[in-house]
Amino acid sequence: MESTHPFAEAWGRFKKNRTAFFATIFLGVLYFICLLAPFFSPYNSQTQHLDAAYHKPVGVHVFDAEGVHWPFVYKYELIDKARQIYTPIVGKRYPLRFFGKGDAYKLLGLIPMTRHFVTVDAPGRLHFLGTDLIGRDVLSRLLVGSQVSLSIGFLGILISFPLALLIGGISAYVGGKVDASIMRFLDVLMAIPGLYLVLTIRYVFPQKLSSIQIYLIITMIFSLIDWAGMSRVIRGIGLSEKERAHVYAARCLGQSPGLIIWRHIIPATFAYCIVAATLSIPGYILGEATLSYLNLGIQEPDASWGLMLAQAQSIRVFTQFWWILSPGVAIFIVVLAFNYVGEGLRDALDPKMKVVRS
Amino acid sequence: MKTVILRRILLLLPMLLAISFLSFALMSKSPGNYLDTLKLNPQMSQAKIDKMTVEFGLDKKWYVRYGLWLRNAAKLNFGESFHYKQPVWDVITARAWNTFILSSVSLVLTWGIAIPLGVLAAINRGSLFDKVTSFLAFMSLSFPNLFLALLALFFAYITGWLPVGGMRSVDHELMTSGEQFFDILHHLVLPVFVLCFSGVAGLMRLMRGTFLENMRADYVTTARAKGMPEGQVMFKHVLRNAINPMVTLFGFSVAGLLSGAVIVENVLGFPGLGQLALEAFFAKDEFLVMASILMASFLLIMGNLLADILLVAVDPRIRYE
Repeated sequence: MESTHPFAEAWGRFKKNRTAFFATIFLGVLYFICLLAPFFSPYNSQTQHLDAAYHKPVGVHVFDAEGVHWPFVYKYELIDKARQIYTPIVGKRYPLRFFGKGDAYKLLGLIPMTRHFVTVDAPGRLHFLGTDLIGRDVLSRLLVGSQVSLSIGFLGILISFPLALLIGGISAYVGGKVDASIMRFLDVLMAIPGLYLVLTIRYVFPQKLSSIQIYLIITMIFSLIDWAGMSRVIRGIGLSEKERAHVYAARCLGQSPGLIIWRHIIPATFAYCIVAATLSIPGYILGEATLSYLNLGIQEPDASWGLMLAQAQSIRVFTQFWWILSPGVAIFIVVLAFNYVGEGLRDALDPKMKVVRS
Repeated sequence: MKTVILRRILLLLPMLLAISFLSFALMSKSPGNYLDTLKLNPQMSQAKIDKMTVEFGLDKKWYVRYGLWLRNAAKLNFGESFHYKQPVWDVITARAWNTFILSSVSLVLTWGIAIPLGVLAAINRGSLFDKVTSFLAFMSLSFPNLFLALLALFFAYITGWLPVGGMRSVDHELMTSGEQFFDILHHLVLPVFVLCFSGVAGLMRLMRGTFLENMRADYVTTARAKGMPEGQVMFKHVLRNAINPMVTLFGFSVAGLLSGAVIVENVLGFPGLGQLALEAFFAKDEFLVMASILMASFLLIMGNLLADILLVAVDPRIRYE
């Protein structure tokens, strides 16, 4: 019988799970768009269209009284200044232009460009998801904000997993007093309710910092919390793995403890790590959104999904201008996709492990 | 068993000590203090600020302050809130009661809905009901609480059916006790709904999972083979075994009774402990923050202990030596 690598088998099982597979592709597309966010957004995320505050989402039309056209939009007119109500001026059509020139930006932060995926000629406006209080395009901010929300989880697990593997591995292998003191420390960390711990650590740093600094701080705070629970599980796996024959054999052959942890104990935790990592990414996305919503995260004028939701803190604003809530939908979709991928990975990597996550 | 419980309770004190030390140390590293906001007020004289600095001990080193705090805490005096000018304990108990009502109502509802749904889905595995509930549960698990709370506000505002914010109407004091009861109930609908939403989803999926697992067990085959009615097999044997892992979770839910609703309380303007704690964090109201953290941690530890005890009570296979 031909033997296959366990990961190849798992990949075969994963591909058969259609929802998980499509969720992966969907996330791939999202990450691609996120990487080139300024190109895909119709405007610069910080450009203020002060004459178009709370502009409602524009409709894209194909038909009008004269028949079928290339997709176009109408220009909108402010008819009620007190309540910010806009209506389309039916008549003059503004056709969508692909790869047209618009606001200047730097692609990937390096290459200066002015072309956008889709634009319209002025004075037409292309606000697919409307604008906010100071007339910034919501879709553009959503796309640029996705660079925070979509990357924070990956950066977070890049910090928390190596740490959990290291600490959990050492704790399991060395045992004794080292193990006990590490575990007591984790007990203390885990006995403080999550959000309280986050806030306490967040307040060690000044509230106003540059967005990039805050981004790094938030990532580290959430990794720290993520790390505690994972170390425990990895220690558990390590403890049972340590007693197995191949580890004894390695020890008899005189391999160093470090090498044994690296070669024999850590690989046994891979299945758990991959699944737990995928399923912990939504936690980072939600965490960033929560902190930014509380104004402890990413700062204006930069964009993040939580910060955009913070504009919805006034009930009068978001009941009237519902499109302000669109970052909430974005968070939901991304979290859902990650959960599907995580579930799929779990079923694929360990068909026996059927216990459902709480 | 008794010694285990005793040892865990004895461990509680050093744990709380470590937690208080950690939080105090972290908070003292935080730039600025409560008086910084007061200093911005032009009516505040420098003399008064200085007086308050001494009064609150804010001019001393943090470990000195921690020592003082600890000495008072040992006498169950947790200090006075800077902002409310009242003993921290009084401020907290007033709010904790609100949060306790909110959380316990949601807890009962969550379990009352989720367990039967999970069992039904497992028994009718693969049916339309199972597919629909599983799909909905997966959706609601991914739904951010923050966003759901905002949508709930949206709904309440547009329809006008439910009160927005608060826990009592303005004229609450003038009502008869029956009306008062319904008034509070009316105010609870929105936050309870938001809290139950993801709770039900998670618990239901878990219940379905463990129930299915137990349905495949050998004892089920045995019970069926000896001709036991299906209903009895399911509800007497499978359900009792499947409920075991849930018991642990129940302990966790108890742990979150006072700290699980911080975001929901804040978005929906519910006057609970979560809202108070967040305000205290923002205002750097040191003693109030300390007391909130300690109380929530205490409940978390006790909840975990309760979970372990309950597990032994329902599952004779588990014994602590």
